[in-house]
Amino acid sequence: MTAHDSKGPAHALPQTLPRFSATFDPHTLSEIRRAAATGIYDIRGGGTKRKLPHFDDLLFLGASMSRYPLEGYREKCGTEVVLGNRFAKKPIYLKTPVTIAGMSFGALSAQAKEALGRGASIVGTSTTTGDGGMTPEERGQSQTLVYQYLPSRYGMNPVDLRKADAIEVVIGQGAKPGGGGMLLGQKISDRVAAMRNLPKGIDQRSACRHPDWTGPDDLEIKIQELREITDWEKPIYVKVGACRPYYDIALAVKAGADVVVLDGMQGGTAATQEVFIEQVGIPILSAIRPAVQALQDLGMHRKVQLIVSGGIRTGADVAKALALGADAVAIGTAALVALGDNDPHWQAEYEALGTTAGAYDDWHEGRDPAGITTQDPELAARLDPVKAGRRLANYLSVMTLEAQTIARACGKSHLHNLEPEDLVALTVEAAAMAGVPLAGTQWIPGKTGGY
Amino acid sequence: MNAFSPDITFDLATSPLRDLNEALHKTSGESNARRWRVLNPEGRHAVAVGIDAPVTVEIDGNVGYYCAGMNQNASVIIHGNAGQGVAENMMSGFVRVCGDASQSAGATGHGGLLVVDGNASARCGISMKGIDIVVKGSIGHMSAFMGQSGSLIVFGDAGEALGDSLYEAKLFVRGTVKSLGADCIAKELRDEHKALLAQKLEAAGVAPGSVDLSEFKRYGSARKLYNFHVDNADAY
Ligand SMILES: Cc1cc2nc3c(=O)[nH]c(=O)nc-3n(C[C@H](O)[C@H](O)[C@H](O)COP(=O)(O)O)c2cc1C
Repeated sequence: MTAHDSKGPAHALPQTLPRFSATFDPHTLSEIRRAAATGIYDIRGGGTKRKLPHFDDLLFLGASMSRYPLEGYREKCGTEVVLGNRFAKKPIYLKTPVTIAGMSFGALSAQAKEALGRGASIVGTSTTTGDGGMTPEERGQSQTLVYQYLPSRYGMNPVDLRKADAIEVVIGQGAKPGGGGMLLGQKISDRVAAMRNLPKGIDQRSACRHPDWTGPDDLEIKIQELREITDWEKPIYVKVGACRPYYDIALAVKAGADVVVLDGMQGGTAATQEVFIEQVGIPILSAIRPAVQALQDLGMHRKVQLIVSGGIRTGADVAKALALGADAVAIGTAALVALGDNDPHWQAEYEALGTTAGAYDDWHEGRDPAGITTQDPELAARLDPVKAGRRLANYLSVMTLEAQTIARACGKSHLHNLEPEDLVALTVEAAAMAGVPLAGTQWIPGKTGGY
Repeated sequence: MNAFSPDITFDLATSPLRDLNEALHKTSGESNARRWRVLNPEGRHAVAVGIDAPVTVEIDGNVGYYCAGMNQNASVIIHGNAGQGVAENMMSGFVRVCGDASQSAGATGHGGLLVVDGNASARCGISMKGIDIVVKGSIGHMSAFMGQSGSLIVFGDAGEALGDSLYEAKLFVRGTVKSLGADCIAKELRDEHKALLAQKLEAAGVAPGSVDLSEFKRYGSARKLYNFHVDNADAY
């Protein structure tokens, strides 16, 4: 509304500010325009960007009159974890429960994979291959390497299988439960194409179902085969995206898994449809308790270990995940950030790509200024695997120290002694999902009835 | 049965499968025990998996899932039928099923040769990555789905959606094909393809001249789905 008046602005009619619709917000409008112009769904990397109930909605109850804390730095708070001692002859021993999640060579540069191996090895934790197979760089630099067994079976071979320290059968990922992999032509370099036995430069979509088994009964036989091939030495993990955690975890245990990996919807991906990332799956906060319940109902809690992932950033997140009953956690996105992903150092280049440091998520295009999610040799050369590995090691140490700080404050001599009783929730939603009381009350929605 | 005189006979009715596979993993090209016979498999799963030695294993009877899985260098001959995923992810060597094979035969195989004297079920050669598969009978639906490379040769018929989302695997079918999958098309059978067929059939032990190569039809990828295009959205 414009109302010009000869008497000047003092007498102008008051105007309402331009108001954006909460439903048709600017991002939604831009997406409609983008879809109309291109005819293809939006593809990106990373995890959910919307706000979800998360570990931030939980707080710890430190020691007080009725419990006593442990001295920081003086009294021991253990962090080590053993994974896969149900059936495997050679279980995995880690010094910290923070592991590196599976991320493919192809999605990441060879330098980035090497840096992940270096960083993880310095602090005594494991790293994981991904869709596309095992590279000599990451095997060489990873003290403990988990080899993923994915539906695509790109690069899958018995030689690497025997070189692995554990095998992870991937059924799904939190970012896209029910979806397969995606690596677009820009990233199918000669080396990636050769490892995957594909023509160079094509848009590669990995299958979403395994080619030679379907369902938990078949999986049991598949696991038996993998154990026979590797002489029952290696722990076998089963990874699922969080959707129906109670049943999925129970069935994975029944199928013979040594370790179950549960990835919440915040979990990152190298590339998939935005609609998948934002609309399918459940937050990790809501998935841990049902998973632990399944393990407890089967008498398998702490016997089959539970690794959880999806949006884990700090030692506090680690401590909360463990307090809810997990044995270890895995990180993807945070590890990439520690290497240098989305670093403000490259701000000018992010701007040239139409984005800004911290928001860059077009990882599928392979033009990552930080040289991490790319196969471009010049960009990839920007990442020094030794220095980046050191940064990751520092960050992993900080997470471990933070988790110990919290555990000591709660009087625990091992991170695994943290328990749900150490937690309260800030919101009714988080209280219901995590099964802990709303702060200041004894109310666990759905549990105690209450007021 | 046959004139094979084994160096080692392993009876699964009396010895555990674990011992068989472990013993097979310990053999190498230098071992004296090159010829193995396995008795009474009785449908057990994961028989003779993960071998990496130039040995011959003859199995007298039917096997369950994943027989000869991830095979390298060995020859595994099954005198019976094979369950799901026989020779899955084979790297090299030779696997022969004298009876019929269940679904996903030769799935994701990277190399070597799989011969099925009878029929193979659905998803034969799914995600194949270099393996050669010869089926003397017919194959089921969704065979060679996402086949990347290698060849699938079928003397009989193929079920629905042959070669769906095919990459560079080469498919040859002598009989009828119920339907082709997305992006799979019939292609001309030229001399070079006949030469390839002759070579693969010879390796499979098919007597030269016993099969008329010109009766085969060739199928391959139209390569239209290699890069996304909105006008192909119907095919996704
Ligand atoms: C770049 C990238 C590549 C990934 N590749 C794979 C993969 O190949 N296989 C897999 O199971 N998960 C893959 N993931 C998912 C991670 O394993 C893990 O589930 C997820 O990153 C955990 O959530 P976070 O990123 O919030 O820590 C990938 C994630 C990222 C960020």
